[in-house]
Amino acid sequence: MKILIKNCRVIDPAHTIDGIRDIFIDKKKIVRIAEHLSLSADRVIEGAGKIAIPGLVDMHVHLREPGREDKETIASGTAAALKGGVTSILVMPNTNPAIDSPQSIRLLKNIIKNTACSHVYISGAITKMRAGESLTDIPRMVREGVIAITDDGASVDNPVLFSKAMKVAGRMNIPVICHCEDKKMSGGGVMNLSFTSTRLGLRGISRESEYTRVERDIKLAEKSGCRIHIAHVSCSESVDIIAQAKKRKIRITAETAPHYFSLDEEFVSEYDANKKMNPPLREKHDVRAIRQGIKDGIIDVIASDHAPHTENEKSVEFDRAEFGVIGLETELSVAITYLVSPGIIGWAELVSLLTYNPSKILGIDKGSLGVGKEADIVILDPDKEWTVNKETFISKSKNSAFLGQKLKGSVNYTIRGGEIVYANGT
Amino acid sequence: MKWTRKDLLGLEYLSKEELEFILATADSFKEVSTREIKKVPALRGKTVVNLFYEPSTRTRVSFEVAAKRLSADVINIAAETSSVKKGETLIDTGKNIQALKADIIVLRNSFSGSPFLLSRHVDISVINAGDGWHEHPTQALLDIFTLKEKFGRIEGLNVSIVGDIAHSRVARSNIWGLTKLGAKVTVCAPPMLIPYAIEEMGVRITHDIDEALYEADAVNVLRMQFERDQQNAFPEHIDYFRQYGITRERLDKAKNKNLIVMHPGPINRGIELASEVADCPQSVILEQVTNGIAVRMAVLFLVSQSENSQ
Amino acid sequence: MKEKTKILDKESINRILNRMAHEILEKNKGTGELCIIGIRTHGAFLASRMGTRIKLIENKEVPVGILDITLYRDDLTLISSQPVVHKTEIDFDITGKHVILVDDVLYTGRTVRAALDALVDFGRPTTIQLAVLIDRGHRELPIRPDYVGKNIPTAQQETIEVRMEESEGIDEVVIIEKSHLPS
Repeated sequence: MKILIKNCRVIDPAHTIDGIRDIFIDKKKIVRIAEHLSLSADRVIEGAGKIAIPGLVDMHVHLREPGREDKETIASGTAAALKGGVTSILVMPNTNPAIDSPQSIRLLKNIIKNTACSHVYISGAITKMRAGESLTDIPRMVREGVIAITDDGASVDNPVLFSKAMKVAGRMNIPVICHCEDKKMSGGGVMNLSFTSTRLGLRGISRESEYTRVERDIKLAEKSGCRIHIAHVSCSESVDIIAQAKKRKIRITAETAPHYFSLDEEFVSEYDANKKMNPPLREKHDVRAIRQGIKDGIIDVIASDHAPHTENEKSVEFDRAEFGVIGLETELSVAITYLVSPGIIGWAELVSLLTYNPSKILGIDKGSLGVGKEADIVILDPDKEWTVNKETFISKSKNSAFLGQKLKGSVNYTIRGGEIVYANGT
Repeated sequence: MKWTRKDLLGLEYLSKEELEFILATADSFKEVSTREIKKVPALRGKTVVNLFYEPSTRTRVSFEVAAKRLSADVINIAAETSSVKKGETLIDTGKNIQALKADIIVLRNSFSGSPFLLSRHVDISVINAGDGWHEHPTQALLDIFTLKEKFGRIEGLNVSIVGDIAHSRVARSNIWGLTKLGAKVTVCAPPMLIPYAIEEMGVRITHDIDEALYEADAVNVLRMQFERDQQNAFPEHIDYFRQYGITRERLDKAKNKNLIVMHPGPINRGIELASEVADCPQSVILEQVTNGIAVRMAVLFLVSQSENSQ
Repeated sequence: MKEKTKILDKESINRILNRMAHEILEKNKGTGELCIIGIRTHGAFLASRMGTRIKLIENKEVPVGILDITLYRDDLTLISSQPVVHKTEIDFDITGKHVILVDDVLYTGRTVRAALDALVDFGRPTTIQLAVLIDRGHRELPIRPDYVGKNIPTAQQETIEVRMEESEGIDEVVIIEKSHLPS
C-alpha cells in the first residue's frame, strides 16, 4: 500500500528535520521525505496543520499477559498503544509466569506473534521469579530475544548479586533497567511521605527509599561498566544524583513517567486510588525538578509505566488499592500539555524523549524517519483539546490518573510498518 | 448560617463558622438528654445505619443513643474486614444500605479515607466515625464542646494532646478543630510517635510532658494502642508511663491549677493515665461521654436537614 | 409598592397584654399551679412579659419557660429555610400544672400541635391553655385559643408580622401582602 502524507510538519530529531514535508510510504518503508512530492498513492493524507513524528517507543509497559489477562492482554494493550501513537513497546517481565527463562520468553513471543498490534520488545527478569535470590540465565535470555533486563517492581536488594548481573549485561551489551526502591524504607507506604501523608493519615514512602537506591545502583554500575537506565524517576534528589553521574561519564540514562511532571501528591487528597502508584506522586518542587531535569537532558526518556488494574482493584480503600496507572493512551497528550505548551521543551526534544532516545538505549532501529526505515509514523493534531474519560480508553483497564482532565494534542493517524493501524475520524 | 453539607468527613474540611454552628446546635440538644422523656421526633421515620468495621462499643453506642433520642431507627452492622478476608466491598455494602432506603450511614473503618470512597458512591449522608489514622470528627467535636463548656471559649486556650499522635485520628481532628477556633495546640509524645511534618498543622511539638502540661489549660490524653503498628518501634508500657503518664505530681507542677484532663476512652489506667487522675475532679472524662450524645445528635440532625436545603 | 398596614402599636399591645393577664388570672382563680411557657421566639418574649404583668397584679412569681419546637415540627422537610435549633428552657416540673402556652400568631395550628407534643414529653399538666396575641384564622387542625389578643381575619396571601422590642427594637404588628415579600 502506497501512502502519501502531504504538507505535514515533520519533526525528526535523528535527522534534524523540522519543517513542512511530504512523506511517501511504500512496501512498509519510508521511501521519500521531501517538499512537494507528486507521486500517486493508494491513500493520501492531508497533513496541513498536523505534525508527523516517529511512532512512540514506550520502554516501560506492563501488558499483564501471561497471567492477568483480566487487566490487559498483549492484544488490548498494543491496540491501546496505537491509539496513543505508540508503535513500539518494551514489556516488563513481572507477569505470571515471570519472564525469567527461555520457556517463558518463547511463550510470550508466541502470544506477541499471534496477537500484538504494535511492535513488542521483551525485557527479561534479573533474578528468577523476580525474587532477588538467584540470577536468571541472562545470555540465554538474550539469545531468545530479550533486549534489556530488569526486576521492575522490585530492586535487587543483594548488591553482590546485582553486580554479577550487571557484569553479564555489560558483556551482552544490553541495558539494565533499575527500579530504584529500598523496600525496607518504603515498606507499607502508599503515598509520598510528607505533611500530606500525615494530614491524610496514610503511610508514607520516603524519597530516601528511591534516591539512596539510585545512588547505590550507580555505584554498582560504575564498577561493573554496564549501561544502566533508571526507571520512573520521581524526586528531585534522584535527578541531582543522575546529573552528577552523567558528569562523571557513567553510562547512565534515566526515564520518568508523565504523572511525575504533571501531578503532585496533593492529587491524593480525596483518596482517589487512580492517583496511587509506585513511586508515588511527590511534592510540587519535585514536579518542578523533573521538568527541569527533562529540559536539561538529565532525563532522557518519557515512558508511561502503563500499569493496568481492574476497576475492582482500584475502587477500594486507598490502602487496599493496587499501585499503578495506565498511560499508553495519554502520555503523548500529557507531555504536550505539560511540557511543550508551557514552553519547557520544544517539539524536537519531546520527540527525542518519546522516540529516539529510548530506541538508542534499547538498541532498536526505531525512533527516526530515515528513508528506507520501516514506516512507523504518528500524525497528530497539536492543538486539539480533549477530555479524558473512561469511555475513551481502548485498554482493558481504565485506571488513569488523568480522568476528567482536559489535555492538548491528539493522535489522528498511527502508521505501523507502512499501514494505517489507527485513524481518528477527523 | 445554613448547613449545606450532606456528609461529615472531617474537621479539616469545615470552616470556623460551621464548627461553631455544630457546637451551638449541640448546646441546644444537650437539654433533651436531661428530660424525663429523652426523645424528640426530629428524625422520626429516618433510618441511621451504624456501619462499623472496627470493634468500637463507645462510639457506636453513643451514635445509637443519639439517633434514638432523635427518634430515628437504628441498624447496627458490625462488618468483618481484614486484608485476607475478601468480603463484600465497601461500595457494594454502601449501595445495599442505600437500597434499603436508609438515610444516614455512620462509618467506622480502619482505612484512612474510606468515608470519601463511600461518599463518592452513595447519595445518602455519610458521617465519619473514625477512619484509620485520618479523622474522628465527632470525637474532636465533643472534646471541643466540653472545653467550651468548661472555659466558655476556645480562642486562646492552651490545649496539649499527649500520646500516639502518629496513629491518632482523634489527635488530627482535634488539631484541625482547635486551631480553626483559635486555640494553641501542643502535641507531646516520644519522637517515634510524632508524625512527619505535623508542625505544618499549626501545632507546637514537645517531647517533654512537664513542658506540655506547664502552660496548658487542658490536656487531652490519647489511648496508647501498642498493638496497632507492628512496623514502628514502640516504647515499653512501663517506660511510657514513667515518661509520659499523667500523674498527680505532674498535674500539680502545672501553672493552671484547674487544668482539665480529657481522654477519648477507653482508659488504660496506669499506662497513659494514673488511676487517681482519671477519677479526680479535674477529669472531665465522663462529661465528655455525656456531651458526645449532644454533639452526635446535632451532627445527625444537621446532615439530615441538608438535603432539604439543596 | 410595599403595602403595609399597621394593626397594633406599642400602646395597644400593652393594653391587650394587660387584659389577657387579667383573663388568665380570672379563669384560673389566681396564680396557684399556674405556669407560662412561650414558644420561641416571639412567644417567649410575650410569656416573659405576661409573667411580669401577673406579678404586678398578684405580687406572686409565676414560673416562665421557653419552648423550642423545631424538633417537633411536622414540616421539617417542607421548609425551604433551614430551621436553627435553639434551647428549650423549662427548669420546672409541669406535671399537675395549668400551663399557659403563649405564641404570637395563631394560623394553621401546626406550631401549637408541635408545642403540645413537646409539652407532654416534659410531664403531665392538668390543663394546657393557649394564649395568642393574634388569631388570623385559616386553621388546618382542630385547635382553638383560650385567650386572644386580637382577631384579624386575613387572606392567605397576606402575612402577619409581629415585631417586638426584644428582637426587632419596636413593638408593632403589621399586615404585609405576601406577593411583595422577598421570596
